Amino acid sequence: MAEDKRIDAATGTEIKLHEWDGIQELDTPLPRWWLWTFYATILFAIGYMVAYPAWPMIDRATAGLLGWSSRGALDKELAAREQQIAPIRQAIAETSVTVLPQRPQLMQAAIEGGRAAFRVHCVQCHGSGAAGSKGYPNLNDDDWLWGGDIAAIEKTIADGVRNPDHQATRQSLMPAFGKDQLLTAAQVDDVVAHVRAISGQHRANAASRRGAKVFADNCAVCHGPAGAGDRTVGAPNLADAIWLYGGDADSIRDTVWNSRRGVMPRWDDKLDKVTVRMLAAYVHSLGGGETKPETRAEPGG
Amino acid sequence: MLMTGSPSLYEKRKGVYPKAVDGFYRRLKWAVMAVTLAIYWGTPWLRWDRGPYAPDQAVLVDLANRRFYMFSIEIWPHEFYYVAGLLIMAGVGLFLVTSAVGRAWCGYACPQTVWTDLYQHVERFIDGDRNAQVRLANTPWSAAKIARRLAKWAVWLVIAFLTGGAWIFYFADAPTLQQQFWTGTAAPGAYGAVAVLTATTFILGGFMREQVCIYMCPWPRIQTAMLDEKSLVVTYKHWRGEKRGSLKKAQAAPDIYGDCIDCNQCVAVCPTGVDIREGPQIGCITCALCVDACDAVMAQIGKPRGLIDYCTEDDALAEQKGGAPRPVLSTLLRPRTLAYFALWICVGAAMLFALGVRTRLDISVQQDRNPIFVRLSDGTIRNAYTIKLRNMEARPRPMQVGVTGLADAKMWTDAGSREQAGSALTTMVAADSVEKLRVFLLLPSAGPVRQDFAFTVRATDREGGGDSEPARFERP
Repeated sequence: MAEDKRIDAATGTEIKLHEWDGIQELDTPLPRWWLWTFYATILFAIGYMVAYPAWPMIDRATAGLLGWSSRGALDKELAAREQQIAPIRQAIAETSVTVLPQRPQLMQAAIEGGRAAFRVHCVQCHGSGAAGSKGYPNLNDDDWLWGGDIAAIEKTIADGVRNPDHQATRQSLMPAFGKDQLLTAAQVDDVVAHVRAISGQHRANAASRRGAKVFADNCAVCHGPAGAGDRTVGAPNLADAIWLYGGDADSIRDTVWNSRRGVMPRWDDKLDKVTVRMLAAYVHSLGGGETKPETRAEPGG
Repeated sequence: MLMTGSPSLYEKRKGVYPKAVDGFYRRLKWAVMAVTLAIYWGTPWLRWDRGPYAPDQAVLVDLANRRFYMFSIEIWPHEFYYVAGLLIMAGVGLFLVTSAVGRAWCGYACPQTVWTDLYQHVERFIDGDRNAQVRLANTPWSAAKIARRLAKWAVWLVIAFLTGGAWIFYFADAPTLQQQFWTGTAAPGAYGAVAVLTATTFILGGFMREQVCIYMCPWPRIQTAMLDEKSLVVTYKHWRGEKRGSLKKAQAAPDIYGDCIDCNQCVAVCPTGVDIREGPQIGCITCALCVDACDAVMAQIGKPRGLIDYCTEDDALAEQKGGAPRPVLSTLLRPRTLAYFALWICVGAAMLFALGVRTRLDISVQQDRNPIFVRLSDGTIRNAYTIKLRNMEARPRPMQVGVTGLADAKMWTDAGSREQAGSALTTMVAADSVEKLRVFLLLPSAGPVRQDFAFTVRATDREGGGDSEPARFERP
């Protein structure tokens, strides 16, 4: 190792051997405090490894003396959160759903809780914005099969619709008029024309006038003489602009011929009472919620 | 050259024991120190009456409520561009000052310089001046030395604590926080901030000193890059000083020796341990204490002052060739500094203008995208919007939200119902806060698929400007 070391005359510092464009580099020592800082970081790292989970083992990392883990921290945070919202959940549980809207702060808390629950349990069918799709009702609008006040919504969520194992479930029974040969094909076509006429999609004609007779004999018992529907049996309003399965002639013919059998699960066996109540509050808040069932004027009927 | 023994990779700090000095620049430094420290310690205690709804502290960074108060100006988070403007002014101001008078920031106003200077005065008061300090540093530890050291560190620590302690008063009501602090009821963050700032002040001001300037601070790299041949920097006029020799030698042979009598006073007084006679260097913070020291010596030996002086490189070259020194004013006023100054003034004026005309109410609208519209049973189409109304005045104000560019529109909020829908709605917005409204807007189903319109807001209690935000109405 008898290399020549070149020393810069002015500073007494060693000159590195490389050179670019005539520029040479001095091997100037680092300040000592810098070195101590570096040692301190090493000590800190050792202490950290001892105190916290650090070394990867076969199925988990070493536990560390402090016993800290990210999962444990999460559990603690969740427990604290539960603790924090427990009084609010308690208050919602104790407040009847019809009284809830009169307590704005509690209602707001319920809406927020419902929003979160909706995103977990309801978006699969009703969509993330609750706008639904064909066969799945839009919860933002003002058309309700079973009632749009908050108590009716809560019951629908709790008991479901056409749930085979549940006594209290919402149950609507539309016959399959064509398939079961209750009506002829011509009669079905006529009644479709009539329904499209009362919903304002085209003007009355000969077919729809024939259909009006068929409607009065077969459909009015549930849908009402003017087709305005009946919420006690979940019969939809046929005279308005909203169609769950489509309002064009083919869709309506399909409905009359085969009937529709939409199903909504009951949620009172999967979710607790408070969550169901919060869901009702959220759905009610979407813009179509009604104050009381009787305030809604039934058009034409 | 062959080396014997290997040099250490790490260098021990060489002690710097600046000597006390008096003179024009020293007194300037005192004045700057007094002003900056007074601003730092005094500002949080200035009161400013803002009425019942806003804090009465003149300068307050209210992080919890996201407000910044500066005398009559109140900045909200969305107005953060004013802070950006201040940063631009600070940047251009740095260009301006540096191009005009070199690293004046470093030498006079930088907190590291001010606190180090303060700490050195404490050191001189307890340990004595330079020679006594060197002697004390070289004596082995004894009871007397320990006592002196402890006394010095104690005073440093008190200053550090006062420094760290004052910082938190910018972030909360100072009198209240002071009481909370001493009764142990202040936020943990306050104690943490005081502890950290006390520690950093103590270490940086007491022990790191010039090492901060030389190793840690990015400023000198930036500032020295901004200097040019017309910037004022502390210059040793070597053509006048060389060849150096003792006073005796110089008197014996005045033709050979220059004015520098190698008394080393310029090095002794330097707070960063620089020998300015080696030319401009990164350690020099241009505080000019060496100028004071040299001038005093020149006065003693009967030579003109200014062997070391603020001087531009151009002037230095001219003087070297025998030219006369130029007046300082002509070095300060030149196109580059004037251009920076004009830019600085423009940014400042633009900000003042913006502050003058800004409205203290604001609307922002976000359209519901999911669903983008809702068809109601009577065939009408409903869109929903989330509207935020900002009342930036420190009093509650009634505000009216309306719509322009959309005939027949009816609106209501989720607190009301469609039966109460009207063409506008009025709401009370609390003092100094944001009101969030969910608004439903209804139109008949006919019309273009998309219609552009605007939500407007105005305060209805008195004329106070208004604001509007464009929005869209979507239809199938």
